[in-house]
Amino acid sequence: MAVALVLVLIVVGSVLFHFLSPWWWTPIASNWDYIDNTIIITFWITGVVFAAVVLFMAYCVFRFRHREGNQAAYEPENRRLESWLTVVTAVGVTALLVPGLFVWSRFVNVPSDATEVEVVGQQWQWSFRLPGKDGKLGTSDTRDVNAENPLGVIATDANGQDDVVVEAADLHLPVGKPVKMLLRSIDVLHDFYVPEFRAKMDMIPGSVTYFWFTPTKTGTFQVLCAELCGQGHPMMHGVVMVDTQEDYLAWLGQQQTFAQLSAPQQMGSAE
Amino acid sequence: MVDITPADAVPPAEVAEMELYHPHSWWTKYVFSQDAKVIAIQYSATATAIGMVALVLSWLMRLQLGFPGTFDFITPEAYYQFITMHGMIMVIYLLTALFLGGFGNYLIPLMVGARDMVFPYVNMLSYWIYLLAVLVLVSSFFAPGGPTGAGWTLYPPQAIMTGTPGGQDWGIILMLVSLILFIIGFTMGGLNYVVTVLQGRTRGMTLMRLPLTVWGIFTATVMALLAFPALFVACVMMLLDRALGTSFFMPAIVEMGEQLQHGGGSPILFQHLFWFFGHPEVYIVALPAFGIVSDLISTHARKNIFGYRMMVWAIVGIGALSFVVWAHHMYVSGMHPYFGFFFATTTLIIAVPTAIKVYNWVLTLWRGDIHLTIPMLFALAFIVTFVNGGLTGLFLGNVVVDVPLSDTMFVVAHFHMVMGVAPILVIFGAIYHWYPKVTGRMLNETLGRFHFWITFLGAYLIFFPMHYLGLMGVPRRYNELTDMTIMTESAHHLNSFISIMAFMVGFAQIVFLFNLIWSIRHGREAGGNPWRATTLEWQTPQTPPAHGNFGKDLPIVYRWAYDYSVPGAKEDFIPQNVPGSFAPSREPA
Repeated sequence: MAVALVLVLIVVGSVLFHFLSPWWWTPIASNWDYIDNTIIITFWITGVVFAAVVLFMAYCVFRFRHREGNQAAYEPENRRLESWLTVVTAVGVTALLVPGLFVWSRFVNVPSDATEVEVVGQQWQWSFRLPGKDGKLGTSDTRDVNAENPLGVIATDANGQDDVVVEAADLHLPVGKPVKMLLRSIDVLHDFYVPEFRAKMDMIPGSVTYFWFTPTKTGTFQVLCAELCGQGHPMMHGVVMVDTQEDYLAWLGQQQTFAQLSAPQQMGSAE
Repeated sequence: MVDITPADAVPPAEVAEMELYHPHSWWTKYVFSQDAKVIAIQYSATATAIGMVALVLSWLMRLQLGFPGTFDFITPEAYYQFITMHGMIMVIYLLTALFLGGFGNYLIPLMVGARDMVFPYVNMLSYWIYLLAVLVLVSSFFAPGGPTGAGWTLYPPQAIMTGTPGGQDWGIILMLVSLILFIIGFTMGGLNYVVTVLQGRTRGMTLMRLPLTVWGIFTATVMALLAFPALFVACVMMLLDRALGTSFFMPAIVEMGEQLQHGGGSPILFQHLFWFFGHPEVYIVALPAFGIVSDLISTHARKNIFGYRMMVWAIVGIGALSFVVWAHHMYVSGMHPYFGFFFATTTLIIAVPTAIKVYNWVLTLWRGDIHLTIPMLFALAFIVTFVNGGLTGLFLGNVVVDVPLSDTMFVVAHFHMVMGVAPILVIFGAIYHWYPKVTGRMLNETLGRFHFWITFLGAYLIFFPMHYLGLMGVPRRYNELTDMTIMTESAHHLNSFISIMAFMVGFAQIVFLFNLIWSIRHGREAGGNPWRATTLEWQTPQTPPAHGNFGKDLPIVYRWAYDYSVPGAKEDFIPQNVPGSFAPSREPA
């Protein structure tokens, strides 16, 4: 009796917690409300299944608990019931999977008008690189990283000369423009994660990974590293500021290009 | 159902029995024993001991997370060492060793009607190598630099670099060596379990008459034999990278401004190898739990397990499918994004056989005669937590939903619920169930109920709310949550609450350990078959079973393991070795 009651209370308590507790996702600031919607669908389907199974159990425990003289039924199989349950489950799973894959195909296919922005992770800070007037990022190589060239931009690549380099400082993005984040690391795995954008992806030394999103709200957002990267991992915070177009251009105008940053070095080598 | 209820004919004995090894001294009887039952207890005791270390480590973590800044000795390095060792110990050295080495050794020979494992000497070696692996693991706590703090997944490059505790000290080396030893030891035991199930069954014990416990352990062992080699090679390759400077997993790297002497390796290759082992590992832990809980429910509800054949095929199907879902741990790893379509599909397909198992457990309760014994309580609690944790798996398995949730506390909550809490509840249920066979005495009922309620409700209160921290975006593997803009004040209070619950649940485990020891002498006498169960281990002439298990003649099996409450039978159970004089009911198909 008590056991059945506790089972019912677990269901009621969990549902109440879900709807009444103050702990929920942060307000979204990107175009990925598709992902939020998929999560809501998943909460509904799984919530109904959880409640149904546990309440059924509670009923069984209450109704079929041992009492003197009871005898259990003898029922090894029931093919019709088993097939029926299999089909219902398969339908439920499909209802989760199909919207999920549909949104995933949006997530992995970057729109052609997205601007590329490079994020470079290293223990334990974030740097960024934006394409210059040519709209193209120059190629890079970890082996070219040194004090004057912290991101390892390949100096002989003409595309890289006008790239804007933002070393260990805040990134600014214009609101409403799709952006493709190109992710690199020069030491260990990191993961560029802004909870409000809902997107994240690991950064792997030796590879360039990516995700894309469109910022939909101006404001300041905290960047968190989401892949364990050594003992400084929880301190690896950064900042993304989503600006209006004018503010963004004002900020961009103050940044230095790769050519400007490496100019003293080139003069030195000319001597 | 014609196929699963008894066939009367029993095949003749094909081969004569082999002579067992008989111990000649105290040492060969109790220490270097070749008796699977002694080895089982050795495995279980060692796993429990190292598990207590993991429990204490979890308290230390929760002290830091619940009350940040209060405990100075929990430095970031120490915190990462705690989480790494906690995870590795729980998954490998406790859960795998206890289910397969502990329950596998004790139950397989008894349940299939064998006198011992097929290769008793190798079986003994298996335990001693396991013990060595545990000792190497423990030694890393005392090594210079301490144990590794790379996270239990040991992802390179950080696992072998200076920014990670133990990365350039002894920690990671001892970890890898310990894993390699564990796998060697496990392989010896695992081959034994598989061959014993296939070749050591007594007359009449067809595969489709095996108790589901044996099916679960058998399938898990086959999977482990296929999955552990992937971890083995990954460990060897990382050891070479760390010790000899090879670059299997190490690309060109600049560490703190300096170019390392590595180049050309692939960090993500390690992840594929690790999860090719790591995902089947989840089911290596889950399948024995599935099997055992089926038998607990059937026995204590006095009703045959519902849909036995479906249950067997679900176990086998889950085992096979679990080899093609590994990259769902890597949706945001940077692997080719199109893999996501494939792995999300396979992952959600695996939900179907898993759901079938849940339905069949609850349908076994339907129209049963439910005795709310302690094993039954734990079985019910398992279903609740497993369903909860399994359903949150549908979030994380569905690739795009995983993107915001991956690497957050949602993941921590999910895997603790589904492969921590749920299987451990089964372990407790199983211990309360089989302790009378192992010791001849019952565990104390009052302490047992206290242990049950605190553990079940406490664990649910720890991990259910934790999902919502993850939904909020709180990342996992952070020892310091103070500077985060997304975390509200109340979220910090929730963390303190979770920590307090964790201490209470941990305390209940000490009560349980006390019960285990106290009841050996003071428990109520159990008799040979206190639960009135059908399977062969309850039909032994002595309790605890003597060396050789079954006295002079091996039992002959006439029926499946689930003849409970057969209409017309005198009692509500018919043991497997009772000839078919009762008309087996033949339900319409």
